[in-house]
Amino acid sequence: MLQVLRERRALRIAGLMAPGGAWLFLFFLIPLLIMAGISFLSRDRLGFPTFPLTLQNYWEIVRDIRFAPSISLEGGLTIRLLEGLYLELFWRSIWLSLLSTLVTLAIAFPVALFMARLPPRYRTLALFLVMIPFWTNFLVRTYALQFMLRSNGPINTLLRTIGLEPIDLLFTPAAVMLGLVYGNLPFMILPLYTSLEKFDWTMIEAANDLGADALRAFHRVMLPLISPGLLAGSILTFVPAIGSYITVELMGGGRTNMIGYAIAQQFSASANWPFGSAMSLLMMIIVTFAAVLYFRSGRGEYRNVI
Amino acid sequence: MSEFAVEMRDVSKVFGDIVAVDHVSMGIRHNEFFALLGPSGCGKTTSLRMIAGFERPTSGEIYIDGRAMGSTPPFQRNVNTVFQSYALFPHMTVEQNISFGLEMKGVSKAEIARRVSEALELVRLPHMAKRYPKQMSGGQQQRVALARALVNRPKVLLLDEPLGALDAKLRKEMQIELKTLQREVGITFIFVTHDQEEALSMSDRIAVFSKGKVLQIGTPLEIYERPTTRFVADFIGETNFLTGKVTYLDGEFAQLATNGGPTFWGRAMPGVRLGVEATLSVRPEKLQLVEQPDGSPNCYEVTVHSIAYVGSDTRVVVMLGENRVDVWEQNTVSTLDPNYFFKPGERAWLTFKPENALVLAG
Amino acid sequence: MASDVILLGERSEIKPPRRIARRGSLSWFALVTVTFFTFAFLYVPIAVLIAFSFNSARTGATWQSFSLQWYERVFSNTRILEAAANSLIVAVLATVGSVVIGTLMAMAMERYQFRTKLAWDAILYLPVIIPEIVMGISLLIFFATISLSRGIVTLVISHIAFCMPFVYLTMRARLADFDKSLEEAAQDLGADEWTTFRRITLPLLMPGIISSALLAFTLSLDDFVISFFVTGVGSQTLPVYIWGQIRRGITPEINAISTLMLLLSIVLVIVAQLIQRRQRT
Repeated sequence: MLQVLRERRALRIAGLMAPGGAWLFLFFLIPLLIMAGISFLSRDRLGFPTFPLTLQNYWEIVRDIRFAPSISLEGGLTIRLLEGLYLELFWRSIWLSLLSTLVTLAIAFPVALFMARLPPRYRTLALFLVMIPFWTNFLVRTYALQFMLRSNGPINTLLRTIGLEPIDLLFTPAAVMLGLVYGNLPFMILPLYTSLEKFDWTMIEAANDLGADALRAFHRVMLPLISPGLLAGSILTFVPAIGSYITVELMGGGRTNMIGYAIAQQFSASANWPFGSAMSLLMMIIVTFAAVLYFRSGRGEYRNVI
Repeated sequence: MSEFAVEMRDVSKVFGDIVAVDHVSMGIRHNEFFALLGPSGCGKTTSLRMIAGFERPTSGEIYIDGRAMGSTPPFQRNVNTVFQSYALFPHMTVEQNISFGLEMKGVSKAEIARRVSEALELVRLPHMAKRYPKQMSGGQQQRVALARALVNRPKVLLLDEPLGALDAKLRKEMQIELKTLQREVGITFIFVTHDQEEALSMSDRIAVFSKGKVLQIGTPLEIYERPTTRFVADFIGETNFLTGKVTYLDGEFAQLATNGGPTFWGRAMPGVRLGVEATLSVRPEKLQLVEQPDGSPNCYEVTVHSIAYVGSDTRVVVMLGENRVDVWEQNTVSTLDPNYFFKPGERAWLTFKPENALVLAG
Repeated sequence: MASDVILLGERSEIKPPRRIARRGSLSWFALVTVTFFTFAFLYVPIAVLIAFSFNSARTGATWQSFSLQWYERVFSNTRILEAAANSLIVAVLATVGSVVIGTLMAMAMERYQFRTKLAWDAILYLPVIIPEIVMGISLLIFFATISLSRGIVTLVISHIAFCMPFVYLTMRARLADFDKSLEEAAQDLGADEWTTFRRITLPLLMPGIISSALLAFTLSLDDFVISFFVTGVGSQTLPVYIWGQIRRGITPEINAISTLMLLLSIVLVIVAQLIQRRQRT
């Protein structure tokens, strides 16, 4: 038998791939396919999928999209061209997620830069300090943030003792944004740090030597070389942000609706499995689009991150 | 016992559409120090790996001590390999590394202990038994790799560019050590290298590889003084090439006539035919520069182009018509007189004996 | 691109250049400040939580007195203990499962070439990129479709499904760095395939296996979203229990549980770092 295994290379490969391949196929691909299929079914009394096939779910999402240009000044300048319930939902989710990713990047980059340039002794300590939140339960961390910002929480208590008015810090889009940044910061710092640590600083020296100032050296030399870490961190931040459920509930009270949260509703409170599946599919398309961008521009050095 | 320790009969190895080894046949004799020499990618390492059993020939057969190997895996062959990267097991001590092969054979603990200390003595590392590979220098690691292979008393030892990672001085030392070792132990060594100086100084015979084929097999003397092809003449040592048509050919010598230039006399090598294009190959050390023509069959007026003094010899580049020729002359006279040497632009006469030049086909 | 830059001479030491943020300059000071405040931002909420877990008052409104009562409550609450046990059981099973099949897959993908390889490469990146919510509900739908009632079994299945790709990625990276000539040397010295695997490959892969096991273990313990959709009534994991309690209102026991979980994370990080250090030497 051993001889057979030795000879038949194909058998060996099959044997190694089979358990993992079967698992992924059965418990990842098939569920997604079923979900996609359900999105084309109708809803029964209890919210479960049933025949006949229909495009109603998708129609529901785009049904009320209208061209209704408007400009409003409340809460900052808003220029709107299109209107529609679910359009706004998707747009708000993408926008909030992108914004939180950018903010996270803005904070994470200097931190990662600082860490990469520390002498090795301190670097281990800094890494350790970043790893702990990275490996701590996301729910626990978000809860900690919420606890601190509650209306009867420590910060407001502090403000009251000073004599200031307590602030309503939770249940706003800003709170959700804060929660997203807080939650995803370690996921951005680590890949960035990995890329920056490997970066060969003498390249900047050479660029300076050849006449490039700091900005051009950064743009033409550093940026391309650290792009794998940049993109890995961005994906690791954007994807959880857009599918975020915990943050929306804990920090936003469910009032700032985002796609992930809305989808979850369809499978619990307002049961409508087919509709939820349709929204899921659309969200997956968005995320896949982002992922394709990543794979196109970076070189998939993702594996070095872990 | 068969005639050859290792024999390759018409062996080819194809990877996809790359022919790494192209119908190679050769026989390596017992207790021979045999080198596989050639530039990178020429098929020598692949050939070695096929002998070891890490690759299987696409066609042809490999015989070790007369027995066809077929698809026998490496752990059933009585050969051992010293890897280019040494491949010492990092999680084992030197002792454990060396005893690994004996463990696999089921040798008793007492016997293992004895043979391991013997092997350590052989490679002159007697007190390193409990060390780990990462605690040792490159040279020491290499000797451990040797000990690990030799302790199993294989019929054939395969060495894949073992001295590549060492600095120049250590390399020279190890070359002598390896040669001495081989004589002491008395087994066949098959040695892969791209360094022709190494091959020439250490081997009993050399096989010169190029692009998957074996161009020539011979002793260092034969390879150097009687290369049978342009490639071998060029790859081994330095040489000058002059091309022309064969205008005279007898059993021993040939005359080459260049286009509108002088004619040359040299030893005719196999494959040279009358009226066909051929190449004259003459090594720089076989040439002489004199001030007056000396009436010998190969004597030509040349202009000195440049001169490089390297201490032990002087390397002069002269122009013979449009051809550039390198001449190396040993500085056998100790002098401080600058006029002793030729100067660029000067005229001189280049001379060499026909028996010191070769006429090669192609 | 970097091809614009011509490097001449030897690279002596990879030191940061003079002009971008040298020590003592203004930009260096800015970096220090940002880093300091970022770490403060990350840790203050956690520190506050830990502090209040020892507060005898129920809410975070005031500090009453030091008390361990919430911890006592936690350890005497059977539902909490049950949830913790569930979490551990699922985590252990998921770790074992995902490490085994993830490592096998990594070996196949790293060492062999075959036609469907590119497809699998893409598929294996998907679970990392798909939002957890989508994975959670698709599994919910799946288990409903095949009428498998939700419980420990569905939890373990789901956890293996999302942990496996991370194990795969880790092991694939380790395998890529693995020196194959060591295995050839072992075979050359007389070890057959199984012995080579046992004596050479496995011991040298062990740090990587332990790293990915730690990763899988943590991912499983910490998971909320997927577990939420896939858990049954009696099989609540700790994060699911915590979620339920938070929704319900003020529960200071949660502070205590959170502190304990934080402690666990710190221990895991230390273990992971120790392994990394041992592997580097």
